Amino acid sequence: MPVVEAVRMALRTIRMQKLKSFFSLIGVLIGVTFLIAVVSIVQGMNAYMQDRFANGLIGVNTFELRRMPAIQDNVPEDTRREWLRRPRINYREADFLAERVRTPATWARICFEDNMPVSAGKWRGKIELRAVDNEYFRVKNYDIAAGRTFTAQEERAGAAVVVIGDLVREKFFPGLDPLGRELVIAGLPYRVVGVLAAQGTLFGLSLDRFAAVPFTAPARRELCAENVVHEYWAKTGSPTAMQAAVGESEQFMRIARRLRPWQSNDFYIQTAEGALGTWQKISRVLIVALPTLVGISLVVGGIVIMNIMLMAVSERTREIGIRKALGARRRDILAQFVVEAATLSAGGAVLGIGTGLVLAYVVKSLTPLPAAVAPWSIGLAVVLGVAVGVAAGVYPALRASRLDPIAALRAE
Amino acid sequence: MSDAVIRIRDLTRDYDMGGEVVHALRGIRLEIRRNEYVAIMGPSGSGKSTLMNLLGCLDTPSGGEYWLNGQEVSRLSDNALARVRNREIGFVFQTFNLLPRASALGNVELPLVYAGAPSRDRRARAEAALARVGLADRMHHRPNELSGGQRQRVAIARALVNRPSILLADEPTGNLDSATSEEIMRVFGELHAQGQTVVMVTHEADIAAHAERVIVLRDGRVETDRVRQEIAA
Repeated sequence: MPVVEAVRMALRTIRMQKLKSFFSLIGVLIGVTFLIAVVSIVQGMNAYMQDRFANGLIGVNTFELRRMPAIQDNVPEDTRREWLRRPRINYREADFLAERVRTPATWARICFEDNMPVSAGKWRGKIELRAVDNEYFRVKNYDIAAGRTFTAQEERAGAAVVVIGDLVREKFFPGLDPLGRELVIAGLPYRVVGVLAAQGTLFGLSLDRFAAVPFTAPARRELCAENVVHEYWAKTGSPTAMQAAVGESEQFMRIARRLRPWQSNDFYIQTAEGALGTWQKISRVLIVALPTLVGISLVVGGIVIMNIMLMAVSERTREIGIRKALGARRRDILAQFVVEAATLSAGGAVLGIGTGLVLAYVVKSLTPLPAAVAPWSIGLAVVLGVAVGVAAGVYPALRASRLDPIAALRAE
Repeated sequence: MSDAVIRIRDLTRDYDMGGEVVHALRGIRLEIRRNEYVAIMGPSGSGKSTLMNLLGCLDTPSGGEYWLNGQEVSRLSDNALARVRNREIGFVFQTFNLLPRASALGNVELPLVYAGAPSRDRRARAEAALARVGLADRMHHRPNELSGGQRQRVAIARALVNRPSILLADEPTGNLDSATSEEIMRVFGELHAQGQTVVMVTHEADIAAHAERVIVLRDGRVETDRVRQEIAA
């Protein structure tokens, strides 16, 4: 008997007993739902973390030299205390690196404060203020929406000029052209010379809520002490160049700090990859936990289907007898019940794919978590569904195929 | 042996009932020619059901030979027997044994499915078989939407659809009232008139009277084997 015939037969049987069939495939449905939803969310997060988080926050081929990692998760107390005892990056070290690192790179010093009170006319509020070298805009790949960045003259003189983020423009200069207007920082008016293009949000937080003044401007003193650099940024031309530059920077920092070979670094080089570390840990846990979860639901689903099929075989003993009398061979009966179980299970998988997609979509629209459906997970779900059905169907089908036709015909 | 559809020699069938051997058939010798209409009778326990199962290739004998249409079938494998049942034998049961969830057409198509006939071919042949038993207008009805007589006619159509060598009926009127029984017997008579070999097991003398030959079993042996003219005479 051809498979198509068996599938058609199975679908007819399943249609006849919709409710029972539905309950019997709930296990597979849940397993596949898990699979699709979790894979979608993990994949979405991967893409998001890569694009938005790592590349948005740090940048392609870019790294920064810091006293300690920017992202700190579950750091033991003594490690944190060691970090706080580390010396800060100073101007001499920054210059030393810019001078000695041979890999071409653009360097920029920055000091910052997350909540700096500023005002413009009647509008007051707190923004992130950064004091930066002009190269910073190139390092961060910021697009200028209006105006310009700092001139060499302004940098030399420590002029009171400011480049503002898009959200600052919106909050402090609503409906106005901010260029040439003043933003008051630490009691001193700063002339707005440039507006940056909007960066968007990261996990619901705006990336445009900041303003930048020249590193030499008076406001820097509000951010960090003289001779201190919070972050020393470097942008290179390619991934290989970045690797080389990171290596050189580490080497020259150790030289600048006169570290002995047995002493560990008392500074930290932050890369996009490093920033992903936490997420990678989480996603690894999910990817390991997922097969377990899916596996358990599928095994349970398979057992349920096997039970249903055993019941079906005993309920339909007479039918099996009739079929045998009409010329069904053992393998025809075997195929019929295996295909029925597989069809049932594949049906569960298809429903599970549907609910998984819906779940992923709901998560995507209700939370800042992104979700991207992985086509391979759908393929895997279908394969798993059929495989579970076949595995669960074989034993009941074998029992059915071995029934004695005379006894089966006499069954009620 | 030219036109013998069924040739049976010294056929025995023993059952092991918990250590005690029951001899259901004690050596049957029988020959049924093409286009015969045979009724097998006998009291319960005479072995007629056992013989029926053996004739239908649902069971294999303990001893003896069974030649069906020139093929020795008593030692065939399970699969080979299934094939013989499919090609050579058309069953009609007392309880109709239709699949309740399939339409009349679906039921009649079933032997063709196992014969591996292509689906368009199947449908045409099933429709023709149903038309032959006068059910052309009931093809899409389910068994529970049909009367007893109609159900049995569906079963007959199903038995005939693969053009079997023998039509094997087991108490075909056992579940029918006498008017419907007559109707079914008429169908059997017509089929026989068209050349179909019919073997029918029954315990009702008036049903057996439709056959041209009546074989009576007793205690696993053939007691009498007469052609109807003799009975009538």
